Formats: sequence, structure tokens, C-alpha cells
Amino acid sequence: MTAATHENSSAAAAAPTAARRSDTAAPRKVRGREHRSLGSSIALHGTLIVATVIAAFPVLWILFISLGPKNAWQDPGQVLKNLSFHNYSDVLSHSDLPKWFLNTVIVAGGTTALGVFLAATAGYAVSRMRFPGSRQLMWTFLVTQMFPSIVLIVPLYLLMSELNLLDNYLGLILAYATTAVPFCAWMMKGYFDTIPKEIDEAGRVDGLTPFGTFWRLIVPLARPGLAVTAFYSFLTAWGEVAYATQFMQSDHYTLAVGIRTFAQDQRPDWAWTSATAIIITIPAALVFLLVQRSLVAGLTAGGTKS
Amino acid sequence: MTTAASTENTDQPAPGKNAARPPRVSALRRSWDKYWYAWAMVTPVAIVLAVLVLYPLGYGFYQSLTDANESNVSATIGAFHRPATYKFVGLDNYWHVLSGADSDFYPRLLWTVIWTVVGVSLMVGLGMGLAVLLNRKMRLRGLYRALLILPWAVPSFISVFAWRLMLNSQYGVFNEIITAFGLPAQDWLGTPLAQKVAVIMVNVWVGIPFNMVAILGGLQSIPKELYEASEMDGASPWQRFVNVTLPGLRPVTNTIILLGCIWTFNMFNIIYLLLGNNTSGDADILVTFAFRKAFTGVSDYAGAATYGIIILALLLAFSTFYRRNTLKSEQA
Repeated sequence: MTAATHENSSAAAAAPTAARRSDTAAPRKVRGREHRSLGSSIALHGTLIVATVIAAFPVLWILFISLGPKNAWQDPGQVLKNLSFHNYSDVLSHSDLPKWFLNTVIVAGGTTALGVFLAATAGYAVSRMRFPGSRQLMWTFLVTQMFPSIVLIVPLYLLMSELNLLDNYLGLILAYATTAVPFCAWMMKGYFDTIPKEIDEAGRVDGLTPFGTFWRLIVPLARPGLAVTAFYSFLTAWGEVAYATQFMQSDHYTLAVGIRTFAQDQRPDWAWTSATAIIITIPAALVFLLVQRSLVAGLTAGGTKS
Repeated sequence: MTTAASTENTDQPAPGKNAARPPRVSALRRSWDKYWYAWAMVTPVAIVLAVLVLYPLGYGFYQSLTDANESNVSATIGAFHRPATYKFVGLDNYWHVLSGADSDFYPRLLWTVIWTVVGVSLMVGLGMGLAVLLNRKMRLRGLYRALLILPWAVPSFISVFAWRLMLNSQYGVFNEIITAFGLPAQDWLGTPLAQKVAVIMVNVWVGIPFNMVAILGGLQSIPKELYEASEMDGASPWQRFVNVTLPGLRPVTNTIILLGCIWTFNMFNIIYLLLGNNTSGDADILVTFAFRKAFTGVSDYAGAATYGIIILALLLAFSTFYRRNTLKSEQA
């Protein structure tokens, strides 16, 4: 079997080679899934290495540029000779970045709290009970995903201006709730579906009220799901551009808007932009990598079981 | 147990809505007992959706029937309050857009559809390819996985800035890389065609990890026995992929294709931030075009609202059609 595959290994460029090869070896025993020849190993690892380089390169590149001198982006060769954290200390001490950071933390924190509370209660109700309106509610959650922010942004803008909520943390938090809540409720429903219903019943037998069951038994069990929901709401607020651009004035800029004052269309300051980008990315990426496994489980569970 | 639960429930005040509804089937009796608190639990979300989504949506729809713009909506400038003077114009805006009279809609729609179809096919296709590769025992699997997810871990506006830096026509590293491979350098953010290629490329780069990881989850949920059985029957790896893997993935792929289409159709950050304000507008999809209508020059609120409602109608029609078809194929 190995001999046959070696001939093909030079032609091995991508994954499907494994499939093609077995055609030539059809009469013999079909290759098992757990065995791999040298040729297909090389093809497999080669493809994955190329893919990981493409995936990681832009991120590493902006990190690389951020460590160089002011005009490093025009002449990347200089970076290695002049490695420093100069751009970082510059942008932290000479710009409004700390203020934007604080604004973003406030808005993202608020969105998280609101998103988790609303999504958990709604998700639980939809998961556990078939009540009149539950299907319509799930449908509304899905439809809300289809709202281009533009449908809502103008009316919300005018609504908020009437309520004096423009340039206000609460206004932006509420605006983000429109995107975060339906999706989070969708995810939480998927997560609650994985918790056996017998637990609810046991709680009821023991004399807990319905809310008592939810609060004392289900919420603790759903903590991983809640963490994912929290993080998703947080990320939504952390990375949103359109609402933040229109709703907030310079004192209340979030990071997503603030960084644009460096990366202007005409004369972008890439030294500051790249350093800011890394400062914004690191906390988000760290938490993301911690929760990503459950994030995906939540996403697909919500989708496939509806 | 049932009785215990129901007596407990009757102690609580039940919202009138539920009490008024007659029970349809006696088998639903137990869930009927629970309605009241189901309703109580969805009330917060219902209020938020009503106030922040349905009301603005209705308001937006109303605006699309008027000629509202920045100069005639009510405004408060300092102590001076100007009342609204815009008027109702019926379906004029829709007629103006759909008849092609504004000459922007159909070109933007065509490009939006191309952008969505090409983007989603590449995302799902490449995501599936990578997921299949990752779904086997091998060395460094965890490392590959972590690095392949990286684009998803980075906030999308940051990714866009990274790409803008790389795609700079004069100093960008991207041109240097592709010329090293013998491909011609392009003014990626300057000429219309190159802009379109660039935004699709960045969107696919951003979107692959989600698709890959979702499909990876789907692959792991396919029972191993199916593979063993098909192996016994002498199915080739390709046959196993087509006859076991693809059908097993269908619930996941149906979902991610639907979500991918909706997200891509409405993708704002990538086009708006990658191209900035100094573009000819050729690469604008409906959403970014409507945003510019609403917030550049004299804000055309009615025009933007009209676009918004049309976008929503298109997506609703698409999702309904898509779900009906996938449900049919799942039942078949």
C-alpha cells in the first residue's frame, strides 16, 4: 500500500489526493481512515501549514509593523534593526486611547450584562416550554439577524435624539442589544436544550418555584453557556463600528471609532494604528481563545436543533 | 407530581393572556401549567425587541413613505426647536428605486449578490476543506487549529486595518508577496475590479474560521459506526465523503449557509473600513450604499430607509424560500 502511494506523492498537492489514490487501488482492501501514508502526510501537513500562514500572517504583520519606527510601514526592513515599544508608549500617553478604552469597556460591560440577562431568561423559556408564541419568538430572533443595521440605524438615531440618548453610554448599549440579544437568546436556547429536563422536574418535586428552579439549578449548570453568551455580547460591542460612529461624539468614542482618527483615509498613521490594533486585539483574542470551543458548540447547537 | 406543580402554579398570579387561551390538546396540559412563567420570562426580551427593533422598524418603514431628509426632520439646535416639515409621499421612493430611476439600485444589487454568493461559497467550501483535514489524528493538530481560528479572534475592524496596511498599493507587503509568486501587482484599494476582489478576499479570510469550526463540530457528531459500515461495504474515501459526511453535515451546513448569506449580504465593516470614504463607490453593496445615503452630504433619511426596507424584504424572501427548501430536503 505504501509503495503504491509513493508514486503519487509528488502529485500530492491537496487533500483530495487521498481519494484519488484509492481509485487506482480499488481491488485491494480500502485504505482505513486511521492510516496515512508518508505522501498524504506531507500533503496534509503542507496544506495546513500554508493555510495557517495565510490565517496568521496579517495579524503577525501588523504586530511586526507596530514594533518598528514611525515610518516602518513604508520600509519594513527597518523594523528588525529598531525593535521597540515606542509606538505603544506614544499612543498610550499622547492620545485619547485610554479614554476610548474606558468608554468601550463601559459600553461592552453594559451590553454584556443586559445581553446575558435577556438571553438567559428568553432562551430558557423557549428551550423548556412550548407556549403560544414560542415559535414566533424564535422566528423573530432569526429575522432580527437579517436586519441590516441600516434599517434600524436611522430610526434609532432619530429615536435616541428625541430621548436625549445620543452621545450617551446607555443609548449605545441599547442599540447593541438589538444585535446581541436575539443571537444570544438563540445560543442559550441551544445550550439549555443540552441540560436534561429531569433536573427541572426534580427541582419542582423538591418544592422549588419555577423561577427557583431556573435560578438555583439551571443557571449554575448553564454557566459555560452563559460565559459564551457574555463573551459574544462583549465582542459585539467591542467590534461594532456603524452605530458607534454615528451615535457618539469625540468624548465618548469607542475604540472602533477612535482608531479611525489614526487610520484616516488620506494620511493614515500606521505606527499608531498598528500599536492600537494590537492593544485592542490582545484582551479580546485571549478571552476568545478561552471560550471558543463552547462558543462553537453553542452556535451550532442553536442552529441545528431549532 | 403533576398535581403538586399545578397547585403551586395556581397560587401565582397568571397573566390574563394565558388564562384566556383554551387548552388545545390535553397532552399539552403540563406545559399549559407552565405558560404563565414562560411568558414572564420572555417579557423582558419581548419589550426590548418591541421598543428597539419593531418600533424603529415601523418608524423606518413610515419614513420610507416620506421625503424626510436632514433639512426637513425636526431638530433641536441649541435653544431653537425646528418642527418636522417632511411630507408623506406614498410609495414614490420605492417606485423611484425599483423602476431603476435612481440608476444605483440594480448595479448595487447585482454586485451585492455576486459578493454574497462568491463569498459564502468560498467560506463554506474552504472551511469544510480545512475541517475535514483537521478532523483526524495527527501531530500539531491543536496548534493548527488555534492558528486557523486566529482571524476570528481578532475584532473584524482590526483585521480590516491589517489588510488595509498590507494592500497599500505603494508600500503594501501583499503586492510584494504576490509578485514573488509571479502574479501582477494591483492597486488593490484603487481600481474598481481590484477593490471588489480585495473586499471578497478579506471577507473570506475573516469568515473561514467560523465555518471551519462549525463544520468540525458537525463532523464530530457523525456516528463513527456509519464510517465503519461504509468501509466494510468497500466505499472509497471520496464515496464516504459524499455519502456519509455530506449528509451528516447537512444540519450544520444548512444553518451556516443561511447565516453566512445573511451576514455577508449585510456586511458593513469590511467594505466601509477597507475602502474608506475615498472610493468611487463601485464596491459598495446595498448596505454600505444606504449608510452613505443616510450619513454623507445632506442625509437622505427616506432614501436610506427605503433601501433598508428593500434589503430586509429581499432577505426575508430568501430565508423563507431557503428554509422551506432545506426542510423539504431534510424530510425527504
